[in-house]
Amino acid sequence: MNVFNTILILAAAYLAVFGEAAFPLLRHWLGAQVDLLPGLMVYTALNADIVTVSLLAGLGGLWFDALSANPLGVSILPLFAIGFVIYLQRELILRELPFAQFVLGALASALAPALCVLLLLTGGQEPLLGWGSLWQWLVMTAGGAVATPILFEFFHWCQHALGYQPRTETSFRPDREIRRGRG
Amino acid sequence: MLKKKHYLALGVVVLAALLIFSLPQRATSRLKLAVSSLFLPLFGLLNTAQHLPVAAADIAMPRSALLREVGELQRDQQQSRIQMMQAAATAQENDQLRALIGWQRQTPWKLKLANVVMRDPANWWRTVQIDLGSRDGVRENLPVLTADGLVGRVSAVGLTRSQVVLLGDSYCRVSALVENPAHDIGIITASGPLDNSLVELTYLSGNAVVKPGQNVVTSGEGGVYPRGIIIGQVVDSQTVEFGLYTEARVKLAANLGALDQVWVLFP
Repeated sequence: MNVFNTILILAAAYLAVFGEAAFPLLRHWLGAQVDLLPGLMVYTALNADIVTVSLLAGLGGLWFDALSANPLGVSILPLFAIGFVIYLQRELILRELPFAQFVLGALASALAPALCVLLLLTGGQEPLLGWGSLWQWLVMTAGGAVATPILFEFFHWCQHALGYQPRTETSFRPDREIRRGRG
Repeated sequence: MLKKKHYLALGVVVLAALLIFSLPQRATSRLKLAVSSLFLPLFGLLNTAQHLPVAAADIAMPRSALLREVGELQRDQQQSRIQMMQAAATAQENDQLRALIGWQRQTPWKLKLANVVMRDPANWWRTVQIDLGSRDGVRENLPVLTADGLVGRVSAVGLTRSQVVLLGDSYCRVSALVENPAHDIGIITASGPLDNSLVELTYLSGNAVVKPGQNVVTSGEGGVYPRGIIIGQVVDSQTVEFGLYTEARVKLAANLGALDQVWVLFP
């Protein structure tokens, strides 16, 4: 894990928040906007260090709240809680399996908005809730679940294409060369 | 399990979040604007990208089509001028009559066009951001509308952008009047989170006779919205709380799902 990966994750979070605010196509079609930050947090918690997890929760949450009517900082704690729990249990998780990524993405995408709304209600805010919120929650969960394995693939590709690749050693050693005579 | 580094990270994030929560409202608003300004380059790029196809279509448009359009616009302009003359005469007559009976003179609406630059990424709020800010004279609580009807009001103002809270959000309540013989007055409140074309009109009197198809306009009470801006049409109504008051569903005149440009109304 290196600084390049941290920058890549934060850049993805920045673009994800911008995309959610600028492109409301999914909202038109499905009635809800899918949040990519929980999926991104799953990837970060499984592949990066605790500093990157904290940075993603802090900056991602701040960016999201700055573009929405949320009180500033309300998205930080849910994101961090999800990232922190996954980070502590990551040795037990089969992180390379797309199914595990899918399930974790679904759980994270379901928990993040639920915790956020809970915090808003605790703070005396009046978010727009109703029976339709259940549908929105399902769309967010399903969208986040589908997006998480794609994010994993994307980051692997980015690391392969843009990141530092250690030089591979060949098995050839000059001192082990077998010299054959003419006969 | 938990190492010192983990405790430290946990402490720092929780502390930072608590610190932001405890900031005064004014400081939070400023911080929010500062953070959201980080996205300005991207919104600028998006705006340019959206205008590129239009510019390309402009170049490709034949001269004959342009001339035909200019002709139509000139005819529309002449008609508008005649209607304006007629309206000016009516307004003058109105002012004279108001002066005769001692009523306050009605000031004409001043409107400023704004582009909708983004929507709220959270599903539990119904807000948009527009590209007019305090440097354009925008301030909080100014009404926002389209040619079809009321859209909402300005809820937060930055230097170059403002946040507009839309009808149907919990924080956008409007005193509304039903155009029926009794002129029943109620409050437009939050609707369901899915359908943004319907809002609730509540606190109508228990004996209000509200029928489908009747127009709903702003009542002018409350001091935020001037009287007479169209909100929508009644879809259906029912008495609630054992006949204590009546509630109606109103279909909004403005299409909140396809807002590209809106007008900010200045007093």
